[in-house]
Order: sequence, then C-alpha cells, then structure tokens
Amino acid sequence: MSVLLNGGERILIQGITGRQGSFHARRMLEYGSRVVAGVSPGRGGAAVEGVPVFDTVREAVREKGADTSCLFVPAAGAADAAHEALENGIRLLVLVTEHVPVHDAVEVVARAKELRVRVIGPNTFGIISPGKGKIGIMPHEYYTPGPVGLVARSGTLSYQVAAELTAAGLGQSTAVGVGGDPVVGCSLREVLTHFKDDDETRAVVLIGEIGGTAEEEAAELIAGLGKPVVAYLVGRTAPVGVRMGHAGAIIERGKGTYAGKAAALREAGALLAETPWQVAPLVLKSLRG
Amino acid sequence: MKLYEYQAKEIFARTGIPVPRGRVVLSPEEAAQAAGELGGEVVIKAQVLAGGRGKAGGVRFAAGPEETAAVARTILDLEIKGLPVNALLVEERLPSERELYLSISVDRQAGRPVILAAAEGGMEIETFPEDKIRRRFVETRRGVHPWEGRELAAALGLRGSLLPEFGKFMATLALVFERNDAELAEINPLVQVGSHLVAADARLNIDDAALFRHPDLTKGQELGTQGGPSFVRLGGDIAVLANGAGMAMATLDVLESLGGKASCFIDLGGGTGEEEMSKAIGILGGFSQAMLVNIFGGITRCDEVARAVIRGRQAAPQLPLVVRLDGTNQEEGLRLLREAGVAAVSTMEEAARQVVAQTGGKGEKEV
Repeated sequence: MSVLLNGGERILIQGITGRQGSFHARRMLEYGSRVVAGVSPGRGGAAVEGVPVFDTVREAVREKGADTSCLFVPAAGAADAAHEALENGIRLLVLVTEHVPVHDAVEVVARAKELRVRVIGPNTFGIISPGKGKIGIMPHEYYTPGPVGLVARSGTLSYQVAAELTAAGLGQSTAVGVGGDPVVGCSLREVLTHFKDDDETRAVVLIGEIGGTAEEEAAELIAGLGKPVVAYLVGRTAPVGVRMGHAGAIIERGKGTYAGKAAALREAGALLAETPWQVAPLVLKSLRG
Repeated sequence: MKLYEYQAKEIFARTGIPVPRGRVVLSPEEAAQAAGELGGEVVIKAQVLAGGRGKAGGVRFAAGPEETAAVARTILDLEIKGLPVNALLVEERLPSERELYLSISVDRQAGRPVILAAAEGGMEIETFPEDKIRRRFVETRRGVHPWEGRELAAALGLRGSLLPEFGKFMATLALVFERNDAELAEINPLVQVGSHLVAADARLNIDDAALFRHPDLTKGQELGTQGGPSFVRLGGDIAVLANGAGMAMATLDVLESLGGKASCFIDLGGGTGEEEMSKAIGILGGFSQAMLVNIFGGITRCDEVARAVIRGRQAAPQLPLVVRLDGTNQEEGLRLLREAGVAAVSTMEEAARQVVAQTGGKGEKEV
C-alpha cells in the first residue's frame, strides 16, 4: 500500500504551459504518472509533452476524466485556479505554488473541507510513492520503494534525507510534503494517521522546522502509532521573529520554537536526529530495535 | 511587512476605527507645531518597527510646544533595538479609564483567523495568562458581525453602551484585517474614554505574499529597511547560500554545532537561474569571512550552480569558498569547478567542517 496516492490517479496539470508546469509534466510522465490533461486558460487545443491542453478544468474533467490536480499557477492566480479545481470535482489537489497569500490559502482550505477534497500544500513538493507514481516536483531518482514513510515541511531537505535513506538501503513507502506555508490543507498530523494505517510503512521520518505548532500536534499521535518515528527539526539557531525562507518558518508570539518542538517529539517517543546524516542510521536502529 | 503605527492608524481611521488626534512628524520643530495644534498634553511616540519601544524610552508625554520639542529631540536621538528613530507620532493624550486588548491573526492550526481579546491591555500578549484571553474563530466567508463582538465584550465584563461600541469596533477591525491581507491587526491597548473606545496603539502586519494586491501599502516604507523574503542577516561571519528554506536552516544549525556562525543566508528556492545566483554570491561576499554554498540539486542543476559560483566569485575573489554540490548534473558541476580552481566536496558534513575551519572555528567538534 501507499498513502494519499495509489498510482491510478488521472492527473491534470494546472498551468501546464508555464516553465515549471511543462518541465514537471515531462518529469511526472517519465516516472509513469498518468498525466491526462493540462489546463491553461486561452491555450486550449495546444499540447505539452503530448498532453492535451484545455481552457478550463471543466473540460479537462469531462474530456479526460481528470480526478487529481497538480497546480503550478503563479501565486496571484493560484487561489482562483484552486477554486476552479475544487468546484469541478477534483478529489486531490496538490498545490505546488509558493507565495500564495495566506488569506487565499484559508479560503481554499475551508472550501476543500466542505467538499471533502484533499489539498496538499500550498508550497509543497508533492507526494511520491516510489515505483507507483508521483504528483509534484521532487527529483524522483533519489527515491526507492521500501518501508519508510517520510513526511516533511521542506522540499530540498527531504530530498537530502530521502537520498541518504536510499543510500542506506532504506526505501520509502510514500514521501509527502505538507508545504512550508502557515496554513496548509494537510497537516503533519494527518499524514501520520495515514502512515499508521499503512501496512507497508514500518517506520516514519518526520522532518519539521520552527514556526507554528504542527510538530507538537503530530507528536500527540506518536505514542499510539505502533511504529518508530525519527524526527529531524531545523531552525535551532534561527533568531526569533525572522522568517527563515519559508513563509511558515518563523518564531512569533512565543510559538514555534525548536526547543518546544524537540521536547514534544522526544517526550512522545520519537528519536531525534541533529543532522540530516543522522536520520538513516537512527531509522535502521529503530527498525532493528 | 510590518507597517509603522502611524500608517496602521491611517488605515484604521479610514475604515472607521477611532484613533487619537495627531500626526506624524520628522523634526522637533514639527513636533512643537503639532503639539500647539493639538493643545493640552500630548504623547510622543517613536515610529520604529520594534517591540519594547516604551521601555526603551520611545514613548513619552509632554505639555506644550516647548517641552514637546525637547522630548522629540531626545527620542529622535535614540536607537531602539538597533533601529534609528526617523519619525515620531505626536498625539493627544487620552484620559484613559480602562485598557483592553484586541487582535486578529491567522491561527495556523485552525487554518483560519482568530480574534483574541482581553480585559487588560498594554502588556505583550505572550505574557497574558491563558485564562484571561478570550478567543473567537472567524468564519471568513460570512465575515465578523457586531453581535460576535458584543458576546465577546460581555465575556470580558463590559457593560452598558460599551457593549455595542465594542461590537462595532471588532467588526471594523475584522474588515481592516480582511481588506489589507493582514497577518496581524492588533490594538494594544484599546482604551475606554468615557463611553467610547479608541485605538491608542495600532499594529498591522501585511502578508508579504499579498503585497502585489496592495501597491499603496509599500509606500512610506523608506523610513525603515525591509529585507527581501529570502535574504536574512544573522550576525556571524560565514555567508550561506543554499537551495530551499529547510536546507538553509539545516546548514545554519550544522555550522553552529561545529562552532561556526552564519553571517546571512540566501535561500535560492527551487530552479533559480545562473544570473540570480551569481548576483547573490556577489552580495553575500560583501560582509563575510568565508562562504559556504550548499546545494542539493533537485530542480536546481549543479552545473548551473557551478557556473554561477565561478561567475559570482569574481565579485569577491579573495573570499574563502567551500562548495558542496550533490544531485542533478553533479558530475558536470564538479568538473566545471575543478577547472576553475574551486574546491568542491560532495557531502554537507565535510563542507561545513571545512568552512568552519577556514573562519577559525573548531570544526572538529562531534555532531
């Protein structure tokens, strides 16, 4: 099994004619993901990497049966495009776009909840289940099938850890990026509930960072997970009140400190790595133990 | 982006939130003139984007133009948390009978805005006891209605005409929050003057990602300095250039555990081009003793990074440089660097140790 995706998704790429959209359409196709349609308003009738482009999500759904969207539309139009997907029957929306205004994210996430649509992101690298498929932008060469469930707020850092796991002979069941923004559709905690129910996942790696309380909320589930958890947190040396690259990575109003998160995770029974290269050895140890 | 108090108050007033009479001034002479116009006692407030301004002597009272000019001069000479005071807000001093707290911010866990209110004001909200803070989540599509404010007011112990007053006040603050893409709209303290409420202070932080919708708000920011969203100054001596926020933070943590400290970092984000990267290297080199480039190429291509490093290095040729390249097109990137005489390593750990050693840190401490 895998979580959140099964490889059968019929993927629509919103913003497929853009630089990122077209590049990652090709990369997803390379990996075997079923990219069935693209949407780019005003460019209907074109084709990108052999994928037909439509003007509206409605057409893409009607003509190609798209049920999943991977969204690359630039921030100013991202919420509009997301709402179009939500209102047209898309069931899983992976919102890759960075710098989406937080008020827009609030509205998209709220509407998705009403419609029971799963939203990953914004500002996510997506989901990959090695060997089955991927929806997003991660460099899939570094992933192999295996027993480790990986969930992260950050992209590059999770690629680094995935590469180290793979090098250590530890493949991944699914790797999920929840996104680096303050308000996201799917929390670290929610991904943990999926890993809990997934037989293929035998250990979980959680990569968190300063800002917000998502790690603390996820920690509450660790004791009941029935699987070892290795956590790696970054931002230990980040100053208070400074946004560290991600919109969500900021210690403000007394919340979101490294110390608080580390304590919550450790008390819940997670093993804490202090560097990226400590993660794989800790996972090996926890699986043996 | 944080707005200055006077900017926030202008927006509050435009939307219908009562604020004290007053105006922003840049010199003691102007301050004296403003005090003359206002009459009576005035409060003179430093306009800086830093908390703890009162404790630093940046908020003082005065009566009459002469005293106001003297106080203004003193405050303009201050430096508050490293920031110069370039402007002052001169306002009427309010006969406050009671101080309250009111704010709206985005609750990350709930994924929607939350209103916080307390029957005491003036202190930092972080220091309030939890049981004294009232919370109410915002239904964004419906908006905030005055009755919600009245309910909250009743819970705070307000009585009589203050109840409808607070209700109106809160609904209007919610409008300010929504219309300006705010991350935080805060009034602390919110003061009672007779049967009315007035915003004695004002904080309004705007979501950087939404500034494209608010070109009017970026005016006036020349009073302060706003760094770019992905460029952060940190105070040490090692410049860090990494791709991705998580990778950048991981690099800073590792450096410190090895006895080094970053001077700043630039998060290149995914897919940054050669041109932007080379510019970034030039900037970072300006105030650092050494530079660490830490790249795990996913979308970012190592050969592009290598070309940018070689080009950017021309801006700071004497600067010790350690490059770690891993990932997409790694071989080509390492070859280019080798030919240009730049040492490159392929693990983050090795790179961090080398750069710390270059800046006199221990570099051999176990992590």
